Amino acid sequence: MKKYLKEYGFILLFLVFGTVSYFYNYNFGMNVSNVFLNMFIEMISFIPIVFILVGLLDAWIPSQKFQKYMGPDSGVKGTILSVVFSMFQAGPLYGAFPIVYILYKKGASVKNIFIFLGCFSALKIPMLSIEIGYLGIEFTLARTLVAIPLFIIIGYIMEYYLKNKDFKITDPTEVKS
Amino acid sequence: MFPNIIFLWIFGLIIVLISYYFDKEKTKNGVKKGLKIFKGLLSPFLSIMVLASFLLALVPPEIIEQYLGSNSGILGVIISAIIGSITLIPAFIVYPIASELLRRGASYMVIATFITTLLMVGVVTYPLESKYFGKEVALVRNVLNFIAAIIIGFAIGVII
Repeated sequence: MKKYLKEYGFILLFLVFGTVSYFYNYNFGMNVSNVFLNMFIEMISFIPIVFILVGLLDAWIPSQKFQKYMGPDSGVKGTILSVVFSMFQAGPLYGAFPIVYILYKKGASVKNIFIFLGCFSALKIPMLSIEIGYLGIEFTLARTLVAIPLFIIIGYIMEYYLKNKDFKITDPTEVKS
Repeated sequence: MFPNIIFLWIFGLIIVLISYYFDKEKTKNGVKKGLKIFKGLLSPFLSIMVLASFLLALVPPEIIEQYLGSNSGILGVIISAIIGSITLIPAFIVYPIASELLRRGASYMVIATFITTLLMVGVVTYPLESKYFGKEVALVRNVLNFIAAIIIGFAIGVII
């Protein structure tokens, strides 16, 4: 009970504010509540299915299988795999760094690592499905189709830029111990 | 808005059914896990929406149109790119606000630039990124992604 109050206290307070506003015909309060209500209906109408998909993705996708095929000689296949593998992920950008470290350890090429990182940041399927719900499929499709070639170009640029440099990915959590 | 949601549900339910057909146990666990994540995120999600509701009710649509609308030009895009780069907000929290801003007259180019920089460039996470890649490489990655994000923003503005 206490836990729920702590978690939802703020929202509860807001609900009280909204209800009181309606009772007293308080204009500003009614405006705020209307904006919130619209956002809430929009959210609850499709976000649950998105998270069900996220859970399913997590249960099905074995990450080890992809890593083998992202090495320096993987060619077009490796590039495509890097894009696809990244899209089946979830979480914020800083969650990608540890994954990238593992990819690097397993021998993925510099190009593929940065393609993975780019697509991870912007093209994860759970995120795309939320985006479709809010901003429409045209928006998401346009963004995806423009972004993929750009990320591949960035992959090539990074590979060229790091060719003669001693590039290493280190794991900061390992250094400490 | 409406057809998109129907599309998502149909797509989602088909995936769930296919998954259930192949592996009941895995599907049950996956759905349970997904709903658990949703439950965990619900409270921060709603709190941000309350704050955004106050902000949006306070700022008149004319101001939004002036600074984030299609007449804001390059300045609007630059401002949104900078704000997008330095803020660290989960994208799924930004989408409801973005869709509300679009309804109030913000342009697709500005909103797209904001979202792409938010996703692809991380000023706040730069120190963490440097620990993995080194300072120079992390900087180069962020600069390249910043340029790419602006290109994407412009492209969406032109396409839509």
